[in-house]
Amino acid sequence: MRIQEVAYARSSDKGDHVDISVFAYTEESYQKLSQMLTAERVRQFFEPMGIGAVECYPVPNLLALKFVVRNALDGGGARSIRADNQGKTWSGALLRLAQEQWDG
Amino acid sequence: MERIRIGAGVGFYGDSFLPALEIIRQGAADFVCFEDLAELTLAILQKDRGRNPQSGYTKDLLPMLEAGLPDALRNHIRIITNAGGLNPQAAGHAVRELAKKLGLTLKVAVVSGDNILDRLPSFLPFSHMETGEPLPEHVRERALFTNVYLGARPIVQALQQGADVVITGRVADPSLFLAPLVYGFGWDWDGWDRLAVGTVVGHLLECSSQVTGGNHGGHWEALAGLDQIGFPIADVTQDGQVIITKLPHSGGKVSADTVREQLLYEIHDPTAYITPDVVVNVSGAHLQDLGNDRVKVSGIKGTERPARYKALLGYEDGYMGQGMLGYSWPDALKKAQATEKIMREQMARLHLPVEEIRAEYLGYNSLHGPLASAQCQDDLNEVYLRFAVRTPDRRAAEQVSRLMVPLALGGPPTASGLIGVDRVRGLTGLWPSLVERHAVDQLVTVSVEEVTS
Repeated sequence: MRIQEVAYARSSDKGDHVDISVFAYTEESYQKLSQMLTAERVRQFFEPMGIGAVECYPVPNLLALKFVVRNALDGGGARSIRADNQGKTWSGALLRLAQEQWDG
Repeated sequence: MERIRIGAGVGFYGDSFLPALEIIRQGAADFVCFEDLAELTLAILQKDRGRNPQSGYTKDLLPMLEAGLPDALRNHIRIITNAGGLNPQAAGHAVRELAKKLGLTLKVAVVSGDNILDRLPSFLPFSHMETGEPLPEHVRERALFTNVYLGARPIVQALQQGADVVITGRVADPSLFLAPLVYGFGWDWDGWDRLAVGTVVGHLLECSSQVTGGNHGGHWEALAGLDQIGFPIADVTQDGQVIITKLPHSGGKVSADTVREQLLYEIHDPTAYITPDVVVNVSGAHLQDLGNDRVKVSGIKGTERPARYKALLGYEDGYMGQGMLGYSWPDALKKAQATEKIMREQMARLHLPVEEIRAEYLGYNSLHGPLASAQCQDDLNEVYLRFAVRTPDRRAAEQVSRLMVPLALGGPPTASGLIGVDRVRGLTGLWPSLVERHAVDQLVTVSVEEVTS
């Protein structure tokens, strides 16, 4: 099963932080994603990118999980020399993690 | 007023304003708000102003108004924009001259006072919003801009004085959209739930097409008409009921999925989205898909606005030089990696100060870096090397292209498509802080001038 059938995501920057939202299509997949994508699991996943703390904010009535990845952009989008200087594709990376966990 | 319709103008400096012109032409809104200022935008405008003291506002402002103002006046649509950037006074002057040229009669308001760069000493220690560290001298010396995120209040004052066009500097994005609702409905400045509703309207509209199907992660292949995507329109009632929609026959889609995606965008804690006007809680939001690109938004709550304003200082923080060179199968990735190695060795031999080297492989890992899947890496049809350096020395940044160009002949085979050898780019560091409200409010001015044809 492809993760795109149960969830989608969007991400962007605010200062030096990357803000990622994951949206489930059903209550069932939301529950499953909530258990799989903990703040600590997400922090471990993004660690190779050079990051600080990760916070998770569940928003159950929107079937959404919000992650804030602190100090993730080398000082912010205007200072970073990365191709993805604003973390716009971190949503896709997180979906890959979700896929791996789902396939578990 | 019992009902107000607000249209989205642009979502950033460089966005298309054609969808907004269509909203204006059809008279489908009472106010259209153009949000032009991302964190990076003020750095761009500062560079413009450094070259010409009469610039510093967005270059889109005049073409946009020239195309939209006659229809806006005819259809009684008022325009609000923060495109004044670092020089709202000059922008206001230019707009008045434009109105004269077009033979229009209107009132133009200018809101200023957000730019505190010259007054920074009175705001010291200007401690970092997150770390609490006082502003270091070496950062202050290299400051490019320092602006306070103002709220909706000065825009409301401008509208009360009859402004047809309101031009501001750094006003917080959603406050541009909240202002006409406070003005039109007479909402109280301590009616936190209402202010929160208006702020969410602004938040949903401020990124233009990101709520009408643009950049939509869910079932994006099924979206029709992205070649003529419509910008959002909010239909709001005095008691705070909100419907998000778009023009019939425009492209894209407004659904519960596109709306929830933008609702949570970049707000961090969904129970405490902090703006100058109110702290918003969207965690209890309810979205009802009414069909036909109409979504009703309810359940938004607010609490008292923060005691201080956010201010953002941007400072010069070195330079980036970059270049890209492509390689084809066979061994595309290996060739690109060999070129990275050559570039690193040649850079090292120059003994210029380099703080960071970043080698990315377009088509393989340029976006996800170390998180990219290593599957198929030996059989890629083509790979581009992107080689970028961060350096405090402009000369080191310039060397990237000088070193890369000869490798089209003198490196691994099948090198082609030398592109993206950019001009050196100045990098901007950001220093956010919090400043006292009263100290800023006494600097804020609202001036309204009438142009008569």
